[in-house]
Formats: sequence, C-alpha cells, structure tokens
Amino acid sequence: MSHSRRLALIVEDEPAIRRFLRATLVANGYEVLEAATVHAGLTLALGESPDVVVLDLGLPDGDGLDLLKTLRLSSSVPVLVLSARDAESAKVAALDAGADDYVTKPFGADELMARLRVALRHRVQLSGDAFRYEANGLVVDVVRRAVTLRGEAVHLSPKEYAILEQLARHAGKVLTHKHLLDKVWPGATEADAQYLRVYVRQLRQKLGDTADTPHFIATESGVGYRMLVG
Amino acid sequence: MNDDARPDPDALLAHALAEQRGKLKIFLGMAPGVGKTFEMLTAARKKQQDGLDVVAGIVETHGRRETMALVEGLEILPRRIVPYEGRELGEFDLDAMLLRRPKIALIDELAHTNASGSRHPKRYQDVEELLDNGIDVYTTLNVQHVESLNDVVASITRVRVRETVPDDVLDAADEIELIDLTPIELIERLKEGKVYGGDGGERALQNYFTPANLTALRELALRRTAERVDDQLQQHRLRQGIRDIWAAGENVLVCINESPHSEQLVRAARRLADRLNAPWTALYLETERAHRLNETARDRVAATLRLAEELGAETRTLPARIDLADDMLDYAREHNVTQIVIGKSRRPRWFEWLHGSVVDSLVRKAAGLTVVVIAEAAEAPGEKLAASPLQFDAGPPRAYAESLAGLAGVSVLGYFVDQIINIPNISLAYLPVILSAAIRYGQTPALITALLATVAYNFCFTEPIFTMHIASAENIVALAFFGIIAVLASRLAVRLREQTLLARAQADATATLLAFARRMAGIRKLDELSATTAQEIRNLLRVDAVVLMPDAAGRLAMRGSAPAAALLSEADLAAAQWAFEKAQAAGRGSETLPGAKRLFLPVRTANGVVAVMGVSREEAEFQISAAQRRLLESIGDLAAVGVERVRLAKDVDQAKVAADQERLRASMLTAVSHDLRTPLAGILGALSSVRAYGAQMPAAERDALLLGAEDETQRLARFVSNLLDLTRLDAGALVPKTETMQLAEFTRSLLQRLKGSMGAHPVSLKLPQDLPALWLDPALFEHVLTNLLDNAAKYTPEGSEIEVIAQRHRFTITLEVRDRGPGIPPDELGKIFDLFHRVRQGDKARAGTGLGLAIARGFMQAMGGSIKARNRKGEDEGGGAVFEIEFPARLIVLRGQTEIPPI
Repeated sequence: MSHSRRLALIVEDEPAIRRFLRATLVANGYEVLEAATVHAGLTLALGESPDVVVLDLGLPDGDGLDLLKTLRLSSSVPVLVLSARDAESAKVAALDAGADDYVTKPFGADELMARLRVALRHRVQLSGDAFRYEANGLVVDVVRRAVTLRGEAVHLSPKEYAILEQLARHAGKVLTHKHLLDKVWPGATEADAQYLRVYVRQLRQKLGDTADTPHFIATESGVGYRMLVG
Repeated sequence: MNDDARPDPDALLAHALAEQRGKLKIFLGMAPGVGKTFEMLTAARKKQQDGLDVVAGIVETHGRRETMALVEGLEILPRRIVPYEGRELGEFDLDAMLLRRPKIALIDELAHTNASGSRHPKRYQDVEELLDNGIDVYTTLNVQHVESLNDVVASITRVRVRETVPDDVLDAADEIELIDLTPIELIERLKEGKVYGGDGGERALQNYFTPANLTALRELALRRTAERVDDQLQQHRLRQGIRDIWAAGENVLVCINESPHSEQLVRAARRLADRLNAPWTALYLETERAHRLNETARDRVAATLRLAEELGAETRTLPARIDLADDMLDYAREHNVTQIVIGKSRRPRWFEWLHGSVVDSLVRKAAGLTVVVIAEAAEAPGEKLAASPLQFDAGPPRAYAESLAGLAGVSVLGYFVDQIINIPNISLAYLPVILSAAIRYGQTPALITALLATVAYNFCFTEPIFTMHIASAENIVALAFFGIIAVLASRLAVRLREQTLLARAQADATATLLAFARRMAGIRKLDELSATTAQEIRNLLRVDAVVLMPDAAGRLAMRGSAPAAALLSEADLAAAQWAFEKAQAAGRGSETLPGAKRLFLPVRTANGVVAVMGVSREEAEFQISAAQRRLLESIGDLAAVGVERVRLAKDVDQAKVAADQERLRASMLTAVSHDLRTPLAGILGALSSVRAYGAQMPAAERDALLLGAEDETQRLARFVSNLLDLTRLDAGALVPKTETMQLAEFTRSLLQRLKGSMGAHPVSLKLPQDLPALWLDPALFEHVLTNLLDNAAKYTPEGSEIEVIAQRHRFTITLEVRDRGPGIPPDELGKIFDLFHRVRQGDKARAGTGLGLAIARGFMQAMGGSIKARNRKGEDEGGGAVFEIEFPARLIVLRGQTEIPPI
C-alpha cells in the first residue's frame, strides 16, 4: 500500500521526547513539524494544516488543552495527546475537548504509531454518510438501524442501540462517559455514569462480549469506552 | 409515618443494656421465716441440675434444718474475715466471686450492711457490681427493708429497720418472686421453733409476729409485687412503642424543709407518683431561715434531696420570697404540677395565728390543684434547728454611736422645730434613724435603736417634756403605737436587708462562675485548666481540691490541685477511678468507698467522663451540702466545656497538620513521579524507536537518539542521587567533610564539566583576583552550585545568558547566579527553597525541580553558609532571578589557619 506523504505536527517541550518523536515519525514516512510552546504549536497547526497533531499537555507557556480547544474551532485534524499516567481527569478533559486518543508517558514507539494509525482511520470512517461498522462478525448498519452478529440479528433496546451506534461511529476512539451520556441521555450529568455502566453491561451480554477480554467494547478505566477496530 | 409510635430509643437501649447485664432475681418475703432462703436454694438447685454453674456467695441458714440440707452439694464461696470491734465477721467476698465468675451467684439478705472497710457499704451495691459483670444473682429481701416502705412498716410494727434497699434496686430486678405464707402458718412455724432457735421465737411472737402485723406486712408485700408487675407492663409498653403512659398528665410536687419528717414526705410522694404513673419533683425553698440553719439541719436537707433523687425524683432548690405558698404555687403552675404533697407540723395554735400557716395559705390559693397534706408529729422538743431570728448579734459599737447621734440630732432639731411650728406627729422623725440602723447593722442594733427612740420621744416630746413621765392617756397610746411601729419597721427593714444580702451572695456566686467561665475560655492547655479548676473550687467552696484526668495510657493522674502538691492515698485513687469509670460520685460522703478522704465527682461531657474532681477538708466529719455539691457540679460542667474545647482545638490543629502533610505528600508524589517519568519517557521512546524503526533511519539520527537516551539516563541518575541526598539531609546524618577550597578554581572547573547540560545558555564568570580560600565540603558544594546552575538553565529561555559572579565584602564573600528568565513571582520568593515547591506546579513544570533548591539550601546550611533568592531590578533591566550564596566570615580561611573554627 503506497500512501502520500503525511504531515505530522509535534508540540512538546522536552527536547529528548521531541527528538525521538521526530525520528519515529520520519522513519514511518511522515514529514514532521516541531513546536515547543502553545503559541508556536497553534501557529503551525493553523498555518500548515498538518494531517495529524501529537500534543503534550504540559507546555511552558500554557496548557496544551487550550491549544486543542482553539484548534477545534476551525479544524478537525486528528489529535493524539501525550499525558501523565496519574492524570485521569486531564485525559478526560482532553478527550472531551476533542482529542482523538491519548498515550500515557512513558510510551514506546510502536504504541505511538498504532494509536496514530487508528486515529487516522477513524477520520475516514466518519466521513462516510451511509456508515457501516464491520469487525469480528459484528455489523452495525446505521442506515437500517440493524445490528447482526455472525449473520444473526441482535435485538437491542433503543438506548442500547444508541450507545452502540455512538461507539461504532467513533470506532477506535475513546468516548468519555460525558460524551456518551450527552448523546444518549441529553441533560444527564457525570454522576449518572452508572446508567451507562448498566447499559454497557447489557450490551456486552447481548453481543457475547466480556469486559476482561473484549472483542467489541473495551473499558478505558476512569475515562470511558472504546469500540475496537478489527 | 407516625414517629410517635416508634419505640422509645432510651427504653430500647436500657433493654439492650439489661441483656448484657446479669439478671437479678429477688425472693421477696413479708417477714423473716417465710422461707425465702429455702425457695432461693430450691430454685438454685434446679438450675444446677440443668447444668448451670451456681455458687453460693452468702447463705444464712439460721440453723434451719431443711435449709441446711439444701445447701449441701452447692459450691460455697469462703467468707472474707473482717475484724470488727474485737470480733471477726464473715463478710461476702466480692472479689473472689468476680474472679470465680459463676453463671448464678446466691447472695442472701440483700439489705445487709457490710462491715466498714468493705468496698461498698451496702450489700446491694456488691450485687450491682456482680450484675454489671454479667453474673446472674439470686437474692432475698424482706419487705420492711424496702426504702419507700420503711416508714409504713415502722408505723405498723413499731420497729424501725435501719437497713434499707433503694427502690431502684427492686425496680431494676428482672424477676421478683413473692414468697407468700399466711400469717397463721408463719406463726405456726415460729412456734415450732423453725424460725428462731431457743426462746427467741417467743419474744418475737409477742412483739413482731402478731397476726395483725403480719397481715399488714403481707398486704404490703403483695401490693409491692403487684406494683412491680404493673411496672413491668409499663416497661413492656414503652418498649413496644405504646405511648400515652402519662395519660393522666399527673405531675407530683413534694415540698420539703429541714424537718426530719421531710423524708417521710418524700417517700409518700414517691408512692403517690408511682401509683399515678407520674413524674415527680422535690422542691426545697430556701428561706432566709435557711441561712441560720445549723449543720445538722443543713445535712438533713441535703440528705432528703438526695433520697428524693435516689427514689427517682427531680430536685430543685429555689430561693424563697415573702410567701412560701405563693412560691410553691408559682412553681407548680409553671411546671404543670397536678398534686402537691406537703407536710403539716403540729404547732401550737398561737404560733400559727402569729406566723400564719403555709398549708392553710396553700390550700386556700391552690385552685384546681390537689394538695395532699401529711400530718407530721410535733417537732421533737429540745431540737433547735435554726438560730432564733431574735438572735443577739450586737453589731459594731459604731452602730450604737451612730444611732445615739442620730436620735440626739433628731431630738434637738425636732425640739426647735416644734417650738416654731407645732407638728402633731413629730415621732415620725425618728423612723429614718431606726430604719437606717436596721438596714446597715441588722436586727439587734435596730431593736435597741427603736427602744431608744421610744424613750427619746417620751423624754423630748410628750408632756411633761424632759421627764420620763407621761401625763395623758392620749400620749400613752401614742407612745405605744410609736413603739410598735418602730419595731415593725425595723423588722421589715432587717428582712429587706437579709434578702438583699442573699441576693448579693447569689449574684456573687453567679459572677464568680461567670468569671471562671471567661478565664476558662482563654485556656489552651489541659494542665492549666485543671489547676484553674482546682483553684476555683477551693476559692468558692473553701475546700482543698484536686482534679484528675486520664493520661495517654488512660490511667487517672492528678493534673491540678489547690493547695499545690496534694497527695492521693490508695483509697482516694480507687474512689477517683470508680467515679471516672462509673460516672458516679465516690469517696467520702457517697455510697461507694466512703472510707476515702476525699469526695470525687465526675466531670461529664456529652462524650463521657473526661475528668474527676476531688474535694476534702481537714475535718473528721467532712460533708458537703447539696447546694455546695450543686455549685461543685456547675464548676465541673464549666470545666467539662473547657476540656471539650481544648480537645477540639487540639483535634483541629492535628487535622490541619495532617492536611498539610497530606498536601506535601501529594505534591511530593506528583513531583517525584513527574521527575522520574520525564527522563524515562525520553529513554523508552528513544530506545523503542531505534529498535522498531532503526533500519529506516540514517545512522546519524540513530546515534542522536541513543545519545539522547544516555543524557536522559544521566539526568535520571542525578535526580535519584538528589533524592538520596535529601534523605540524608532529612535524617540529619549529614556531616560536612570540610577542607580549604579555592572558590574561583573550583567554579571554573565545575562549569567546564557542566557545559553539556547547560544547553544553549552562554555562561559568563566574574571572579575577583584576591578571593581567599574557603572552608567547604567540595562534594556538597558541587551539588549546591550544580543545582543552582541547573535551575537557571531550566527556567530561562534557551540562549539567554547566565552569570556567575563572586564578590568580596567587608566580612563576607558572596557568589551569585544570575539569569535572564521570567524571574520569581514576589509571593513565591519566600517559598522557593521549600521542599517540592515549584513555581509552576504539576505536569507543566520542567523536570528536575522541586528538590534542587531545597537540597542546595540544606547543604549550604550544613556547611554554615546561606542562600537567598531575589529578582533583578533597577540597573539590571531585562529582569531575571538572582540566587546568592553567602559565605560568612567564619568560612573564610585566614592566613596560617589550618582548622575551621567551631561555631
């Protein structure tokens, strides 16, 4: 498979991390732009229209989250966030602000590339109108509102279907509790996350899925859920 | 939901407590010889056969054969031998029983009084303790020993028993079994000699065991048991949430005074309240007479009030106003009292005619109330309870001098005025003199002044004047009336004076308590609080006082005493411990351990007993009155509030410290994990990138990645070594190895070595030529300078200049590290050297901070120098931060010096 050269923007203040990000991306055929501050990062992101942005949250002149929010006003470029392991709330905030995925420091080059690929594929899926999710024998047909598992119809309640559709539309992306609640139970607050948990459990049961070894719906603890891709 | 129908939680709680407690079964009889002990033993044998552990603590067989037969086969606890007036008494051995811990203990004769020196004066208190320890007790009791029936029995049999058992004990019993025998049968048994051996039976038959007596006693016993059944029903209803217990809304008030018959009134009131199922109150009105009462009478009032309390009454002491009946009625109306119990003493007619009768007045005014009047016997002749109101308290001589001067003045003035205008009732001019004497000096001076005024009036104003003769009958009448008015007016004034004095005394006590409360509010330490409390008790009650509180291990220890350095005997400590554990009074004058020198009262808060107060006086018969005890309790309440406050303050402080520590811990965790993770992320990323995609990279790129990983590893190593340094500093194990060191040379070579990690920062060095050598530990100082330079490099924009400047001052030398970064926010200047402080918190901060400055300062201090931070300003346009190391004079090496001078 030959692909056109893609442009990646790295916004990171630690020189050591920036260096290996650049090396890894270049080795994978990306062209790379670098920035160490919010200001420089935003200028490049808006001016150069990169295909993907790798964004560190802790920057010397501000918060990476602010960059993300400003960027999302005019761009839907896939954004991969780099964050600290113990900052669950920061991850959720980043995802809610429009990040596509996150990687927890420290991380390896393989993991970074895998996440990047998913984020890019995810963009492609959203762009189709008559969207159809298909993986591991599960088919979600949004046009017909039909769900089949290995050829057999799966009967879902409206809420269960709504959750599954959200997950499938954003397959590969982590959807935060808040995002799902907003879409399925408009007006619900974060305190109502237990409804979500109950419905996801029922959904998994009907799909023959488990939380421990998920085939379709994976739990991102403390953050939300993610539909697995392939 | 109807809350009212819920079971009363207190009733449920009492029930739950009772389930842990041992069960008490009382075998109640109307008289000796009905077979209580026999029945008790029979019941015990049955339990023993059921396999229960039964031990006889005390069984009095009185030599009765059937009874003795029953004792055989029961384990009998050996008695404790107590020497008493040359004889040896066998007393129940409480401690042995507690140690033995049977399921059921047999304790005969509940009303028994223990030999002095025992833990409790009464056997029923021993039994209480057994019950508290979860041991079931079987015991026997005759009806004449029941406290509230004591008088009734005495009036029936003409024999007063001294040993009584409080009704509470009976009420708290789980089971009461009435051992009934018809009087005829009992007399029969007595005649057969089954009750008393020898001819004791004959004597008893004639005096006590008459059929009439026995029938009356039997009725009493039956009625008491019936009441008890009623009581159980009521308890049951309470537990089940059946309300409306005070359906009748009855409320009994008993008014007592210092008369010995007040006790009888209290008992009668208790029986009345019991029958009515009503709450009851004992009221003592403190008249001005109360202040003239002798000690016996005062103690009796206190004892009566205490008895009422024991019998379940609430007690109140109020100051009386003019009319006792009005006072009682006011209280009764305010508190919804329905029945008033009052005693009527047999006094001579003339006395009542003169003084009026409280009972008559009460009955007349008590519309809508039931007044129960119980006739008392005449006051025992010869017993004088109060000093006579006409007591001779002569007052100071000044009183008479003033009176004479006043009378003379009035006489002379009146004489001349009378010459000019004839005033018909000039005698009135004498009244102010009399009243003044009454108000200022009291009874006797007032009466004598009144007498003198009468004489003076006679002498100066009645015809013929200047003689003591009285010419006309008219004048005799006038003089007589003047005399009466003079005496009455003086009496009235005296009473006013006494009431004023009383009110003032009460106001004083209130003010003193208030002042005490204020003083307590400022106290922050428990020891100070204890000492103040002891001092206050001493001042107010004129007794020696001690205050004990539990120490950290929970053992009571003396925390304050007045006078200072009091000593506690073993008995005192035991009583204090008891008071503390049981939240009851103990020691002298109480029911527990009365052999102690002091009386101990618990200091209670809502969370239980927090301290114990002890009072004593160097008197053999030291007792405190009810009023004193109440005062003591008020002081105790204030002290309790104080203790509570001190404890709360301490808790708050501790919580604050804990929160600070928690905050520090959290920021330390964040800092450490960030500082560890950042280099790790670089290393892992670089290595994994080379491994996975190394083949696609140019060789130079690969090398750069590996070099970066190496740098990051070194950074990590530095951080770890900083952490280790820090633990050394923390543990205080850091001893600098000082030697002479050339600052300029050292700084130059260090900068050379650091070149790699200073990044793109140009470093300029300004060192004067004549810098002397310094006493420093080179290893530590390297850490200090490295951390400062590291810090400067990290916090400033790339490419900005860093200056290192040494300067020689008159006595000291300084070394400054100046940067061109953003500077330090002014409010952060003081905290920047604190451990784990970061100017910018969290993930956004650059790695490696938080420890460096703290370590730099710690090391510098260890070597005897100091570090300060400031911002550049004024001539230094462009801003930035300055870190200044100061080497004081004692660190500067003088010529020829080979050792660092000691600090």
